[in-house]
Amino acid sequence: MLEIRCPFCGPRPECEFRYGGESHIVRPGPHDEVDAEAWAHYLYHRSNPRGLHKERWLHWAGCRSWFNIVRDTADHAVHAVYPMGAAAPDDLGKDSAG
Amino acid sequence: MACEREAGLAYGYSIARLIREGMRGHRGWEPAWRDARLAPAYDAVIVGGGGHGLAAAYYLRKNHGVDRVAVIERGWLGGGNTGRNTTVIRSNYFFPQSAAFYDFSLKLYEELSRELNYNIMFSRRGMWSLAHDRHGVDMLVRSANAMRINGIDAELCDGTEVLRRIPGLSPRRFPILAGLNQPRGGTARHDAVAWGYARAASRLGVDIVQNCEVTGFVIERGRVRGLRTTKGDVRTEAVGLATAGLTSVLAAKAGLRLPITSYALQAFVSEPVKPCLDTVVLSPATGTYLSQSDKGELVIGAGLDHFVSYAQRGSLPWMERAAAGVAELFPAFSRLRFLRQWAGTVDVVADSTPILGSTPVAGLYLDCGWGTGGFKAIPAGGWCLAHVLATGASHPLAQAFSLDRFTTGALIDEAAASGIEH
Repeated sequence: MLEIRCPFCGPRPECEFRYGGESHIVRPGPHDEVDAEAWAHYLYHRSNPRGLHKERWLHWAGCRSWFNIVRDTADHAVHAVYPMGAAAPDDLGKDSAG
Repeated sequence: MACEREAGLAYGYSIARLIREGMRGHRGWEPAWRDARLAPAYDAVIVGGGGHGLAAAYYLRKNHGVDRVAVIERGWLGGGNTGRNTTVIRSNYFFPQSAAFYDFSLKLYEELSRELNYNIMFSRRGMWSLAHDRHGVDMLVRSANAMRINGIDAELCDGTEVLRRIPGLSPRRFPILAGLNQPRGGTARHDAVAWGYARAASRLGVDIVQNCEVTGFVIERGRVRGLRTTKGDVRTEAVGLATAGLTSVLAAKAGLRLPITSYALQAFVSEPVKPCLDTVVLSPATGTYLSQSDKGELVIGAGLDHFVSYAQRGSLPWMERAAAGVAELFPAFSRLRFLRQWAGTVDVVADSTPILGSTPVAGLYLDCGWGTGGFKAIPAGGWCLAHVLATGASHPLAQAFSLDRFTTGALIDEAAASGIEH
């Protein structure tokens, strides 16, 4: 089971949280200028790396706040926690696009 | 292949052979497949020595006569999801494209022991889906109608009949209002499927190379020219990726970003007991399904950890939920203990329909996106991957499973249609 450090409530077990998918996926626009390829990448294509991954979580059974984390998908270690809307920490997660 | 036929008498598995070897103290058995060395060039290379990859290699030789074929595997044969599933085989899908494909797979499974001269222990024991409320009944009726229209066997029964047919089923909190059975569904021995295909492919001349990891692709002007591996470089013009949950990682080495997310799928077995359950039971409402293996263990399938994972780790929340589901459906099983737990890294796509065919890189083909249901698809997946590797054109059964459906929007949304995870 994961232990996730909610930035507002502190460390809590995985079952209090809901996963919200990969972070920093930006909706393309304006919509009438976006081709089908770009929509497909926005909707379906994901980096899905084996290694560091930037992702959104919701503290569903707690403060009900969203936040970002950087987590290693190979060993589940959480390397950073940062607020929604913020950029990912510079020193981590650079290889997460691969 | 005259020598193959002669070899069949001496090296095939049969009761006569078993008796003969028994008389000689079992000293005459040979390894089931050759552990080959990697040659510098092949006509086709399949990455991933699980069921799909080995089946594809077998059908490349058998159906298409492709000369030099290799299967390269990072670990050991059948050590990925082929060794980490719950061995259920069924074709109770909603859309005609899926039903046609999975039923072809089921039919190949029915003949597979004879085809491969290897007992895969296919057991046609039926597969039940249960409904515990009105909405569940509506889903089952809808599903039964779709199956019948697709020409798949479907048997819809009321709750009393379900309780009569499934031994030990006795739920307390969640009444059973209806059940949908696919009588032709069942289970098979998962390792035997990989080993049977490996043995048959090896005897047709396929090179099976284990402990060989792909580190990169040689791509010239948008076309595959070879592979870089930990055992040296290989020249080839046709590469098939049958790598399940690791497909995104490999495809990234070829510059591709795929519509796949890798999750851990959780499963368990109980301690072994005497035969007590003669079918497969799926209860979407309690989040679990189970069958009994020939060894006597209850094989219990749970769900996905809903976050990206390559760790193949267990999950306590799912263990608790699966145990609760089993104890609710079969109170007598509440006294059993878990014996083993495992998780497989499954390649989930938005519409729960496989990706089988070409990619933007010429000569590079995919056999992935099986999500939580790749085992039942092994024969047909291998058949269709072999077809596209040999001919460059998609097999008619796999045409709807192309990668470009995510751009064109022609999704086949089995995830929403069937209401169960696969």
